Amino acid sequence: MVIPTFIGITCVAFALIRLIPGDPIELMVGERGIDPERHAMLLRQFGFDRPIWEQYIGFLANLLQGDLGNSIVTKQPVLSEFMTLFPATIELSASAMIFAVALGLPAGIIAGVRRGSTFDHSVMTISLAGYSMPIFWWGLLLIILFSGTLGWTPVSGRISVVLYIEPVTGFMLIDSLLSEEPGAFRSTLRHLILPTVVLGTIPLAVIARQTRSAMLEVLGEDYIRTAHAKGLAPVRIIGLHALRNALIPVVTIIGLQTGLLLAGAILTETIFSWPGIGKWLVDSISRRDYPSVQGGVLLVACVVIGVNLLVDLTYGLINPRIRHRGGS
Amino acid sequence: MSEAIRSTAAATPPHPIQEFWDYFSENKGAVLGLLVIVLITLVAVFADFVAPHPPNEQYRDAFLRPPFWQDGGSLLYPLGTDAVGRDMLSRIVHGARYSLTIGAIVVTLSLAVGVVLGLFAAVFRGVVGGVVGDVVEFLIMRAMDIMLALPSLLLAIVVVAILGPSLVNAMFAIAIVYLPHFVRLTRAAAVSELSKDYVTASRVAGAGLPRLMMVTVLPNCMAPLIVQATLAFSSAILDAAALGFLGLGAQPPTPEWGTLLAEAREFILRAWWVVTFPGLAILITVLAFNLMGDGLRDALDPKLKR
Repeated sequence: MVIPTFIGITCVAFALIRLIPGDPIELMVGERGIDPERHAMLLRQFGFDRPIWEQYIGFLANLLQGDLGNSIVTKQPVLSEFMTLFPATIELSASAMIFAVALGLPAGIIAGVRRGSTFDHSVMTISLAGYSMPIFWWGLLLIILFSGTLGWTPVSGRISVVLYIEPVTGFMLIDSLLSEEPGAFRSTLRHLILPTVVLGTIPLAVIARQTRSAMLEVLGEDYIRTAHAKGLAPVRIIGLHALRNALIPVVTIIGLQTGLLLAGAILTETIFSWPGIGKWLVDSISRRDYPSVQGGVLLVACVVIGVNLLVDLTYGLINPRIRHRGGS
Repeated sequence: MSEAIRSTAAATPPHPIQEFWDYFSENKGAVLGLLVIVLITLVAVFADFVAPHPPNEQYRDAFLRPPFWQDGGSLLYPLGTDAVGRDMLSRIVHGARYSLTIGAIVVTLSLAVGVVLGLFAAVFRGVVGGVVGDVVEFLIMRAMDIMLALPSLLLAIVVVAILGPSLVNAMFAIAIVYLPHFVRLTRAAAVSELSKDYVTASRVAGAGLPRLMMVTVLPNCMAPLIVQATLAFSSAILDAAALGFLGLGAQPPTPEWGTLLAEAREFILRAWWVVTFPGLAILITVLAFNLMGDGLRDALDPKLKR
């Protein structure tokens, strides 16, 4: 399933640049214009005059060598631009996911165990609101409150502008620790908090809801009653018997949410001027830098496919039944 | 024995709509959602009468006025004015028109195309069969898988990048993005219906493919589609606002809610109201649709019926 999807994605990315009105050479020269002779020469030089399937094969061949073309604006290879910015997006997405799981999982478990309690009702109400939240607005509200009124957190960027941190890993949290610059790590954390909360809100809501309903389902099973009858401690029943089975659908949801996180990152990064992939894609579209858009879309799709594959593999770890079935 | 038969015959089952309403109205959140949706629809339809000012009229003596309950605010501009002196309330009221229209058009487009593709996939597999059937089903379903592999907003952005930023293109993009959900739901429902006796009976009676698809099978697949349509309606409003916010959807001075937020961004630390109210409008509308969608799912899901 992974390979046909990947081929499909390459078709979409390949078509993208050719569906845009005007040919790629006109795009490259921009508004300056070009004389017809040179235009024809460039078309030939870049291979745009060849049959479309030949162009596609060439595109695939380049792709397999890691060549996604060069950005029209910066003239840099798209892949290296992506790789410079990608750690920022990973850092943000990972901390958003940790935030969402760390709050959503316990909240869902407690809500499921104490069904019908005030806590259950509040979790469900809050998560419904979170699920319906326009996160770009949520981000602006948090900026008004925490940056504007209270002055606790900075408005944009990954670290204070007065600090310069040598990029080693690209992950600001690690780099700022390594740099031994006083206050750098603190500044990075302060910059990370609001974007994390904003990006993590929808996954948090979804995870809490799904954990709750998975818990409810599992708690109604016979083996839970048996465990109770055997006189096991409730903590052990919930923590060991119920949770392990309830986690299976939850892991699916977490995997699906990771794909959505990358989409959410587009909005979050735009609000907080976070120098990651999402902001870069939006900027590339507004600069009509189509090779960057093409490469970016392709790479993001690959990441999403990769994450989904990883989720499929994780099932076996938490659910031995799936592992055995696959093995036989 | 005969008495028992008579009493069953006498107890006429409730009308389907009555039965549906009984289930639906049990869920208070869903009814609340429905009420809010009706209210917003009325506001959108009668926007010209409800809004105190024309949405694009600039009052040059009233830039960035706060809402009426704050110092400097007045009831003339109940929710304040924006940076060029336009009444916020009027713009939000008119924005309801855009959001509801976007939702309606997106869902209609996506549902119509999705249902047809889904039915084709199911019918070609089950009824036509053979190599042709397999190929048609494979092509349709794999195309949908590919679309699902991309995050929805990213796919919408790609489509907008190709077509150019505008409200119409944004709607088109979002409709394409939601297509796979409808195709998959329709196919799944249709495949399970196609194996039932009444469909076989209809085929034996000589029903052609179009009749089989549209008249025999489709009405029995509607329940999950209605639920999905409601949820897609709310997502469409959210995504259109997100595109508007990124400058890829409706363009200024259109008072679309996402575009209002984009225009307001640079004033967030000076004028909280230009940011707060349009977003609140989006949140309330989306919440209402999600509440109603949950209620519809409970009412229409046969598994939950007693």
